[in-house]
Amino acid sequence: MSSRNQIRYFERKDLIGFALLAVLLMLVLPAFLDVFRLNLVGKYLTYAFVALGLVLCWGYGGILSLGQGVFFGLGGYCMAMFLKLESSDPESTAIQSTPGIPDFMDWNQLTELPWWWEPFYSLSFSLLAVILIPALFAFIISVAMFKRRVGGVYFAIITQAIAAILTILIIGQQGYTGGVNGITDLRTLKGWDIRSDEAKTILYFVCCVLLIGCLVLAQFIRRNKVGRILVAMREQEDRVRFSGYDVSNFKIFVFCLAAAISAIGGAMFTLQVGFMSPTFVGIVPSIEMVIFCAVGGRLSLLGAVYGTLLVNYAKTSFSETFPELWLFAMGALFIGVVLAFPNGLAGLFQRYIEPYMPAWYWGKSKQPDPSPPPEPKTPPAETDGPPEIQESNAPTVAKTKKETETETLKGGQYVPAD
Amino acid sequence: MFSEYTATELTAIFAMQGFAGLILFSVLVLMALGLAIIFGQMGVINMAHGEFMILGAYVTYLTSNIFSEFMPSLYEGYFFLAMALAFLAAFLLGILVEWGLIRFLYKRPLDTLLATWGLSLILQQIYRSVFGAREKGVSPPEWMMGSYPLTDLIEVPINGIFVMILTLVIATGVYLLMYRSRWGKQVRAVVQNRPMASAVGINTEKVDRLTFGIGCGIAGIAGSAFTLIGSTGPTSGQLYIVDTFLVVVFGGAQSLLGTIASAFAISQSQSTMEFFLSGSMAKVLTLLFVVGILMLRPQGLFALKIRR
Repeated sequence: MSSRNQIRYFERKDLIGFALLAVLLMLVLPAFLDVFRLNLVGKYLTYAFVALGLVLCWGYGGILSLGQGVFFGLGGYCMAMFLKLESSDPESTAIQSTPGIPDFMDWNQLTELPWWWEPFYSLSFSLLAVILIPALFAFIISVAMFKRRVGGVYFAIITQAIAAILTILIIGQQGYTGGVNGITDLRTLKGWDIRSDEAKTILYFVCCVLLIGCLVLAQFIRRNKVGRILVAMREQEDRVRFSGYDVSNFKIFVFCLAAAISAIGGAMFTLQVGFMSPTFVGIVPSIEMVIFCAVGGRLSLLGAVYGTLLVNYAKTSFSETFPELWLFAMGALFIGVVLAFPNGLAGLFQRYIEPYMPAWYWGKSKQPDPSPPPEPKTPPAETDGPPEIQESNAPTVAKTKKETETETLKGGQYVPAD
Repeated sequence: MFSEYTATELTAIFAMQGFAGLILFSVLVLMALGLAIIFGQMGVINMAHGEFMILGAYVTYLTSNIFSEFMPSLYEGYFFLAMALAFLAAFLLGILVEWGLIRFLYKRPLDTLLATWGLSLILQQIYRSVFGAREKGVSPPEWMMGSYPLTDLIEVPINGIFVMILTLVIATGVYLLMYRSRWGKQVRAVVQNRPMASAVGINTEKVDRLTFGIGCGIAGIAGSAFTLIGSTGPTSGQLYIVDTFLVVVFGGAQSLLGTIASAFAISQSQSTMEFFLSGSMAKVLTLLFVVGILMLRPQGLFALKIRR
């Protein structure tokens, strides 16, 4: 039997997880929340795109990027540029000294549209640009870095510097980008008012569908050979390289994919919230997005969504009641997640709840012995790399090397050969 | 863009901008030295480094207030005491942080980044609660005010000269500590080969703790010097942290000389360009230049050649 037929992209428990999330997002929340709150949830969900990208590139690939805000922002700006051009038609901007250009350009004494704004009159170009521009940018960065085997800490610092550069650039070039206020006052999409309650509800559902689509894509990648190699690479990069894989290509792929997913989130953010500004590009938001991913569990696709929702819900309710406590809570969250729960919510779920799940939950995949629950692995300080990562057990490398041996792999879970 | 200036004016502009660059250089070096010890030697990414610097600045602010309140006659000399206290405060906090947080994470450098970022958020909020959100300025002692005229066109501020001398002294001190003292030898041994170092009887835990503490202490001194040229707010530290990391990485993480050289290159290019372009464009170009060089030469300017 060829090994390809044995990859099961969705086990029963994955299906249940995906279905539960879909029901929660598309039925439960819309049924119980008013439009304002639903719009807020939609805004949080756009961050979940970034967190999902981080699960792939940080959790699976081991590449921590502190500049995901850059891609979120680029995607958002591409969308915002289209919407801005549409809302600044000559009639509604007749009071400006140069009608027909965005208001902030007029305030900054620009008399004509810069050439690179021109293509954004087209919706199809803008939608393509939302994905392609950030992906291309990520490609340039990652080729330059990974082909030279720069990784880990250095990559994190350089992506951070890039986030800083882009923020300063956007704020500095006020006439072209709207400066610190960003691109505001976006009204319609092809004549459709995006600020009405109805539009907000529809956009929320579009956002959910896109998010679930990205989740499914990520699940395919995770279960695929690519996902296996990513994990192997994270654990023992040299061994993968010596097995004949070009490690840098896989890193470039996953980084670009993460960038594209984040950019979709950015574009949905612009549509739902109605503006885009450099505050979502810089270092602080980029690192905050890492914490969304870490709280949910850096190895769990669904965890990224729950983590994002939870942290943002906490942030909103904290900052409404005790604004000064929020930074303490956030700081403690960072430290706690790193020291005590490196696998986040998903790790807690896997360790304490999942073992007690009934048989229908597991389906055909192997059910671990419910009693006793799996022992916690070695304490964090004594292991290399992120500890307690379930899928990081040794067989990944062995598998990529000898794919004929997949008899021992059932539905992605390793069964010891003894 | 040079046509509207005469030759002498241009020389003066370059000299003055160069001097302004030297002051920026001094602050960058002071911050980067501490970070070079912590990041370069220990491999810990301390995102809270800026907050340790701000701690030093606030300690200086408190000391100056106490002096002007209770001992106005001694105000001229407050700065030296403030500097010592700033070092001590940052050193002790550093030891505490190493003991409570960092020592669990030596094997996971990316996680130290997140944990220390959390720490920096907490420290910022503490500063905001204690000192208020507004920036605090310290009035420097009388003898540090004013400027010294070199020629008709060129004037150099005295506080700048003082900061530069201070940087020189501290950089020399760090050099002696790292390369001429027993402790420095132990630190370098631990960095190069931890198991071997502990096998020959070096207490690696103690060395780690001291190294982290001293790195933080130097950041405290940097903060103290920072009060002479600018005011301090709860988030001032964050403004410098990316620059500082770039300085250290650009210079080659384990080389003190590299750190100093890269701080010089970055600060000079930034301050010279600042005069002709806008401040933000100068910064963008400088950072782009650094990132570009790092992509071509990932190991930094001065890489230490050791076998791993």
